[in-house]
Amino acid sequence: MDKHTHLPARLHDLRNRIEGYARAYGLDFFDTVFEVLGFDEINMVAAYGGFPNRYPHWRFGMEYERLSKGYEYGLSKIYEMVINNDPSYAYLLESNMDVDQKLVMAHVFGHVDFFKNNFMFRHTNRKMMDQMANHATRVRRYQDKLGVELVEDFIDRCLSLENLVDYQSPYVKRRPERPEADAEEERQIAQGFKTEREYMREYINPTAFLQAQQKKLDEEAAKKKKFPERPERDLLLFLLEHAPLERWEHDVLSIVREEAYYFAPQGQTKIMNEGWATYWHSKIMTERALDASEVIDYADHHSGTLATHPGQLNPYKVGVELWRDIEDRWDKGRFGKEYDECDSFVERKHWDKHLGLGRQKIFEVRKHYNDVTFVDEFLTLEFCAQQKLFTFGYNEKHQRWEILEREFRKVKEKLLHVLTNFGQPSIAVEDGNFENRGELYLVHKHDGVDLKLDYARDTLKHLQSLWRRPVNLHTKVDGRGTIFRFDGREHSDRRADL
Amino acid sequence: MSLKIKQDHARFRDIVRGRIKRNLKKYIQKGELVGKKGKDFITIPVPTIDIPHFRFGERSQGGVGQGDGDPGDPLSPSDAQPGSGQAGQGEGQHLLEVDVSLEELADILGEELALPRIQPKGRDRIVTTRLRYTGISPSGPESLRHFKRTYKQALRRQIASGSYNAKRPVIVPVREDRRYRSWKQVPLPETNAVVLYMMDVSGSMGDEQKEIVRIESFWIDTWLRKHYKGLETRYIIHDAVAREVDRETFFHTRESGGTMISSAYKLALEMIETDYAPSSWNVYPFHFSDGDNWSADDTRLCVELLQSKILPAVNLFCYGQVESPYGSGQFIKDLKEAVGDRENVELSEIADKDAIYASIKTFLGSGR
Repeated sequence: MDKHTHLPARLHDLRNRIEGYARAYGLDFFDTVFEVLGFDEINMVAAYGGFPNRYPHWRFGMEYERLSKGYEYGLSKIYEMVINNDPSYAYLLESNMDVDQKLVMAHVFGHVDFFKNNFMFRHTNRKMMDQMANHATRVRRYQDKLGVELVEDFIDRCLSLENLVDYQSPYVKRRPERPEADAEEERQIAQGFKTEREYMREYINPTAFLQAQQKKLDEEAAKKKKFPERPERDLLLFLLEHAPLERWEHDVLSIVREEAYYFAPQGQTKIMNEGWATYWHSKIMTERALDASEVIDYADHHSGTLATHPGQLNPYKVGVELWRDIEDRWDKGRFGKEYDECDSFVERKHWDKHLGLGRQKIFEVRKHYNDVTFVDEFLTLEFCAQQKLFTFGYNEKHQRWEILEREFRKVKEKLLHVLTNFGQPSIAVEDGNFENRGELYLVHKHDGVDLKLDYARDTLKHLQSLWRRPVNLHTKVDGRGTIFRFDGREHSDRRADL
Repeated sequence: MSLKIKQDHARFRDIVRGRIKRNLKKYIQKGELVGKKGKDFITIPVPTIDIPHFRFGERSQGGVGQGDGDPGDPLSPSDAQPGSGQAGQGEGQHLLEVDVSLEELADILGEELALPRIQPKGRDRIVTTRLRYTGISPSGPESLRHFKRTYKQALRRQIASGSYNAKRPVIVPVREDRRYRSWKQVPLPETNAVVLYMMDVSGSMGDEQKEIVRIESFWIDTWLRKHYKGLETRYIIHDAVAREVDRETFFHTRESGGTMISSAYKLALEMIETDYAPSSWNVYPFHFSDGDNWSADDTRLCVELLQSKILPAVNLFCYGQVESPYGSGQFIKDLKEAVGDRENVELSEIADKDAIYASIKTFLGSGR
């Protein structure tokens, strides 16, 4: 960015003040660079997902159009944007009032603290700013060489598969670095249990037992021959390793994959992250930074971010309330065996052990949880009722969306379901040599919700163009197992129960 | 500062434009499009350019919400956003609205229907300029000196320099105080065009027929406006008698009674003779009717008017026969027999909304 985006002295002072407060509260963040942008520029950066430099693609233009229109018509305005990078970059809208700038700064320090400390972000590239620019250069080079259309078209197809990555894989080691070298093993013979005494052999290892053992071993061996050995959820990686891609295609696909992994934790910690930042901006503003004259504007904007709409869960609102609830519970000691087993309503209500562990607890939680585990562990019955949470669904009979239930268990289950796997269907590569014809076979782990079929067919088409050979997807439609297939020319489907 | 995103944005607009082109037929049949006309832009809904993913069908999913209400209470449609709590990556929208300028729309129409450029007749491309005195400048010929402004300037200078004496207010302008009228050249396009819309509003023309006329006239306007800087439109409605009306009335009047097409042609001719000298105007009469003329005599009169007076004076005469619930009339056949071979006559039968597309092509495809 150009020089002119640097903070004017007035905002610089504000920044230092807010940073001081934030540090005093114990927030621990990367060095944070604030830049002041006009609305046009901020819309651009927002369209690029927070980065000033991305590879050329029309969808950024689409996003830009949406944002600038929203701004022109006064529907929406981007308040705050910050990217996970070291140093972190955050953007301030030039035309905002000082009180807004303060709020944004406080909010941003909350986010950066979260980026730096939450375990989900451990694996992310903290020099992503440079890496994105790097990607941009690479894609531009391919476009110069091969033509915009060709490369763009390929990116479209890759993006279509963008969500088929293994969101957990950065945190677990799922497969050995190298498959065992001696792949061409001989058939293993079941030995049964060892025994010194020859005459006991028949009794210790009866024939039936030996046969069962042998079968197990053979199955095990067959499994090893399967390709991939275990269902692979990181389809992009599978394609990178096994699809007949050209070099530039390989590179572009790996760019798309890398960026998908970079952005994934932000989706998986949305409630926590926004809640955390909101918690801290409200704390810093109300306890330290706010001038008396700014109270009304602050209250107005703060409540704006926390507004709830019946059919949406506002992550800012739910997040900040959960954080406050946790702090309160650990301050008062409303947790643990004794509390859980107490069934006197009155006693529970006035429970206060004066532990004062709240602050310590929330700092700990922000480190070791993501949205799924956060909600699973800290969403309580009381909270659910207090926040008036409910589940909703589409009522076919009435042709409308309706509130379904308010029961705690159902609400929590639904919320967890929505959060699990990022709200995406869980699909894995089952076989890369389906029916021994080099076809790709994907299985959708159906958990009660059908796929959007027209989208699924289009996606298969894109997948086929990468895999080159026919592709198959097993899923359920209205409770029946179905395999969708695209062979490069036409779609077909057939019934098949697993 | 030119933004990097402009490139992506332009690319996106190109893609949208391609989509509009592909779906143009659909838009032409859609009435509401015309209604959404803003000042110079119209909003066209195009399908969201959504990159397909494996994802859940929305209706089957549902989600968790927050607020008051009992189980079974409806949520307002805008509120329901399945998969809530997630970073919405632009999902959930199905229509994308794009603004397209009329100019651009005309281009798309032209490309898609392969319409030829119109060759304006007469003194084409001669643009005359007129001078307009619009501003003040510190230099100029003495004959254009602006006395009042010069005086004011002198007064201002004297007050500023302290040489103004309120007791003896003598203002003496010096050379620098002088102000002159300045002018600007205003180009006046010489090629003017007028569209005369005539419509039968007799009892047999129903709402749907009028809708067709409305849509078709919108596209005709759009196309002609691209080619003529100063396009005028006049509206004539007729049943047994004709009268001139404004646009609003034109599209919303419903009369009953018989049909005397000649009355409209007479009025149109009168307009041409008084206001639009054929030597300097490109005249485009468009007539829409269900073709049920009152009598053969009247039809004969129409043909005579056309042949002797109207056709020689106009660029193109178009007659669109809209099919009404009472069937389609005889008039188009009579016209075809009488003047069908004249090169500046286009006739088209419009059975329903689907036929608008073809009809526009017939009318404007001649490039006149």
